[in-house]
Amino acid sequence: MIAFQTFLVLVMIVAALRAATSKDLMDAVIACTLVSLMASIVFYFLHAPDVAMAEAAIGAGLSAAIFIFAINRTERQE
Amino acid sequence: MRTVVSLTLIVIVAIGVIVSLSQVPVGAEAARQEGRLDQDGVNFGRYYNSRAVEETGATNVVASVVVSYRGLDTLGEVAVLFIAALGVVTLLGTKQERKAKREVEQASLIVFTGCRFLFPLILLFATYIFAHGHLTPGGGFQGGAVTASGFVLIYLGCRGRSVGPKQLSATESLSGLVFVMIGLVGLALGGSFLLNFLPRGTTYALFSAGVIPIIYVAIGLKVSSELGSIVGALAGEGE
Repeated sequence: MIAFQTFLVLVMIVAALRAATSKDLMDAVIACTLVSLMASIVFYFLHAPDVAMAEAAIGAGLSAAIFIFAINRTERQE
Repeated sequence: MRTVVSLTLIVIVAIGVIVSLSQVPVGAEAARQEGRLDQDGVNFGRYYNSRAVEETGATNVVASVVVSYRGLDTLGEVAVLFIAALGVVTLLGTKQERKAKREVEQASLIVFTGCRFLFPLILLFATYIFAHGHLTPGGGFQGGAVTASGFVLIYLGCRGRSVGPKQLSATESLSGLVFVMIGLVGLALGGSFLLNFLPRGTTYALFSAGVIPIIYVAIGLKVSSELGSIVGALAGEGE
């Protein structure tokens, strides 16, 4: 179980670096969504199902949609 | 000169606020005064875990902390979300200039039908989350976010349909009013804001825990209408 959680955290770190460095904003949004999704699984394993639900619904679902709507109205490249 | 005067006034007001706030007991001091702290130190986590179910009747301890013990903070949190939604809607609410800008492409029949089929199921699931917030994990904020993702699905898959802004604002105001009114009724009946004045009922039953489920349903409706209006303003209504 520890190995799986370590894997999740490593994925989060890689995705966060990708989101920070990527020039394509859509790419960065997808990487942010991946961070939130992994974070919600980690929260579930840490016995915090309430936070996991909020993180999955808001972090992985809504904020990505809002970012994509905003990119749609502006420019895709940084 | 004016700068000096205004700076002095700000300093005086700040000192007054600090002095009056330092009289209010918070944290460990408040617990010691109310006698719910054992001698060897602070442990609010242990206190809530051992006593919350019998004190509030809610089996989800997180719900009893969010709605009952820290209900006033939740009211502030919902107000912050309301102000954020207000800002987004005010900023993007001018829809006249964008009217002729782009032609909307309809989604394919499969996507359209799928979205129409899934939307009521998502709403049902969200209602389950916030109506059972006092029994199982989840609650008003989570249910509201799930409702808003259902709205996203409608805006993406069924172009041309939108959630009515008037209905959203009516729901938002009514649920906020219910939240504050319940708090005021508690103040009138028992002397403290958001007092749990209804009977606790049977633990694990749907209608239990007094005012907690009512407040959680109000929070759920309020959060879903606020997030829904943000999504509606960004996705562009009235195309």
